[in-house]
Amino acid sequence: MITELTHLLSTLDISAEWVGLRATKEVSTARSSRDGRPETNGTSTTQGVMVEVLVNGQIGYGATNSFKPERVREAAAAAYRQAIAASEWTIQKTGLSARPKVVGQYLSPMVKPFDVLTPGEINDVLTKICHGLKQSDKIVKTSATAITTETESWFVSSNGSEVYQKFLRIGTDYSATAQEGAIIQRRSSNGFLAHCYQGGMEYFITPELWNRVQQVGEQALELLSAEECPTETTTLVLSPDQMLLQIHESIGHPLELDRILGDERNYAGGSFVKLQDFGNLVYGSPLMNITFDPTVSGEFASYGFDDTGAPASREYLIKAGVLQRGLGSLESQARSGVAGVACSRASSWNRPPIDRMANLNLESGDQSFDDLIGGIDRGVYMEANRSWSIDDQRHKFQFSCEYAKLIENGKLSKTLRNPNYRGITPQFWNSLVRVGDRSTWQMYGTPFCGKGEPNQCIWVGHGSPVAAFANVEVFGGGA
Amino acid sequence: MTTIERGALETSFNSLVEQLRAELSPDEQFTLTLTSEQSQFTRFNYAKVRQTGTVSDGTLQLKLMHDQRSSYQEFPFTGDVEIDQRQAQHALDALRQEVPQLPKNSYLVLPSGNATSRESHEGNLLPSDAVPSTILSAVADLDFTGIYSAGLVIRAYADSVGQKHWFATDTYSLDYSLFTAEGQAVKGTIAGNQWNHAAYQTKIDQSREQLKRLADAPKTIGRGQYRTYLAPAAVAELVNILSWGGISEASYQQGGSCFAALRRGEKKLSPKFSLRENFTQGLVPRFNELGEVAPSELPLIVSGELVNMVISSKTAKEYTLVANGATQDEGLRSPELEVGGLPSDRILTELHTGLYVSNLHYLNWSDRPTGRITGMTRYACFWVENGEIVAPIENLRFDDSLYQFWGENLVALTDFQEFIPDVGTYEHRNLGGVLVPGMIVENFTYTL
Repeated sequence: MITELTHLLSTLDISAEWVGLRATKEVSTARSSRDGRPETNGTSTTQGVMVEVLVNGQIGYGATNSFKPERVREAAAAAYRQAIAASEWTIQKTGLSARPKVVGQYLSPMVKPFDVLTPGEINDVLTKICHGLKQSDKIVKTSATAITTETESWFVSSNGSEVYQKFLRIGTDYSATAQEGAIIQRRSSNGFLAHCYQGGMEYFITPELWNRVQQVGEQALELLSAEECPTETTTLVLSPDQMLLQIHESIGHPLELDRILGDERNYAGGSFVKLQDFGNLVYGSPLMNITFDPTVSGEFASYGFDDTGAPASREYLIKAGVLQRGLGSLESQARSGVAGVACSRASSWNRPPIDRMANLNLESGDQSFDDLIGGIDRGVYMEANRSWSIDDQRHKFQFSCEYAKLIENGKLSKTLRNPNYRGITPQFWNSLVRVGDRSTWQMYGTPFCGKGEPNQCIWVGHGSPVAAFANVEVFGGGA
Repeated sequence: MTTIERGALETSFNSLVEQLRAELSPDEQFTLTLTSEQSQFTRFNYAKVRQTGTVSDGTLQLKLMHDQRSSYQEFPFTGDVEIDQRQAQHALDALRQEVPQLPKNSYLVLPSGNATSRESHEGNLLPSDAVPSTILSAVADLDFTGIYSAGLVIRAYADSVGQKHWFATDTYSLDYSLFTAEGQAVKGTIAGNQWNHAAYQTKIDQSREQLKRLADAPKTIGRGQYRTYLAPAAVAELVNILSWGGISEASYQQGGSCFAALRRGEKKLSPKFSLRENFTQGLVPRFNELGEVAPSELPLIVSGELVNMVISSKTAKEYTLVANGATQDEGLRSPELEVGGLPSDRILTELHTGLYVSNLHYLNWSDRPTGRITGMTRYACFWVENGEIVAPIENLRFDDSLYQFWGENLVALTDFQEFIPDVGTYEHRNLGGVLVPGMIVENFTYTL
């Protein structure tokens, strides 16, 4: 494909400062079972070419879902016209430095290929999971899902870039809903579709799968008779499967340079972080170390290059609590004068790249799980995201979890249902008082990170140890 | 813009339908759905162009049913007959390989009926090259940000029993915000299929006037319960969340609906509250993934009483009910919240003292079984005293139950409605929107 695209590029008859062709083919297979019956079986193929043309310092784009040369040439011509029409209104002249020459490739790791199980065998596993989740007649719904995705992208440009990347991704999920009268509780394995990784079936058929299925079903029932989460200000301990959401919403989004530059103000929102904050804002306690790390093997959003060709590398965004750099592309770095990372990503061939998260992780501390809990007289430990809401500046948030335990005298005690908490981002991260060690670190991901105009939904990964925050408002459910 | 003639697209679609019908064995059934668009997207920030481009896209979903088993293949629809036929044949071959391997589904619904329809609406949109200058010339002195999306959108359906629907329409939307230097903002949206420059200028002039009201320093409001006016755009956000674990029959049956307590008679809604599906404006297609056509109107909640939930044929088969033309996800497609009696010039007087909320943002269930929703105020929101706007406010988090704000705390609905267009563009440009009034609520709960 690189050869074909390079040839096609050479035949484009447009007078531009730079032209890039990014072709993508993605094949995704989704299978799910509900209450032991097949709910979804299907395969989706999307493919096309995004042509970017730089003229008079303005990039225009044209995207087509056809690989036919004449259609790509039409897309290029449209991109050229778009750039010309907008060039006198451009927000800032874009230079060639925003699209550097790069040559390379990236391939996802994989142990067990997707086809190690036939479609029928995958359905059998999903059915068996549903049966395993139904621990009682009070379980009114069970569901299990497996989604595999193979994405190939090819990028060539008029300044000599040639990049090939192949991503193999898998996401799995299962849950049980229990009901007794008006009490309804849903429990899943670490939150909806949180088991998202780069790799193969080794992330689906895991050694602990069947014990975990049984545990999820049992915990759904356990929640029916659990006490409501108390309303109080206390020490909150979050498991890595909730830290996934906490990192994403209250660190990732506010650090996106395009939000800070105002691009997202009409949709996703801005940020409480200002450009002058980089290098000096105390974002959190000294225990807080946040890395942008596209190099973690198996983490959901690892890659070699972003969608403009910038080589990806591990960088600290926050070190010892102090803000170091933003989530910003080469374009955003030029506009803002702030250091960024290789994070200009597009959700597919039909969307232009914008500033995105990829893998964003909280680095480990030095406390084992038992030591961390053992040092807390009273608090609440929460697992697995259930609900999330945060303001357009990424400041005031309210999140809820599926499952919680009261912490009393250094031990986990009663199970709590409907656990919620709320806070304000800088205060919350400055109250980070304990961080678990590497034994508590787990990585998850989600395919549902949304932003951009036109809208783009993209995949991200988040790894974290267990972490404790002092003086957080927690509360339960009910009207 | 890269423009493929809509006639060529329809011809290609029709040829695929004929090809698939001819290929099919007597014991096989299929459905074929199409989502397609020729779009321009121009994105603005600080009254300049941030990004601009075109997208030519289309996706077909072919679902094959055989022996109570089914699977689907989605593949690109290019409008090039040869390419599309080849891909359709490949998809059919793959499905014939896969379907026999899958378990039987006793609730599989096969297409039936003989419905056909064809709607084609041609618009008058801005020439692609004229978009930046036309839109930005009117706002060059403002902090203007947003997106213009425009072009042809197609939804189509066909199946093995002879049903066929075609819905094609040119549309545009301009979704924008104007900001003050202090970060306060007003929201504006215009949409349709005929660009009207005078209407655009009028809308911008109205937004300029609203922006002036935000010039005062914002007032910090403490947590608590306040009498609140929610403008139609804010009410639309509350209605939209009902498509997610709300009005769906399957959601109710499977323990996931906020309306379970209403259905069990444990909770009540205000007699002032009436919600229905209303397709009479024709902004979205009435057909679904089985070619079924929804009734032009479907009452859901009438004077506070739940009279219908949204029921797909699949849910109907599973729970022995009667379907009402819903899509498989059982979401709202063309919802309308009925008006009350509060005229626009009485809103501030009736509110008297409290909060005027123009928009809400980022809603989610904080406790779905009890109908509790949390979210943020956004854009032009004000503190009102004695019927007069006093000052804009800093954003607040609310957390309240629909059984309160659409129940005993619902004071009044306005006697007018606004159409809030769906400007979403995840994967493709959405159609339609929500038709809603504003409302005054007592003791709306703010928590942060």
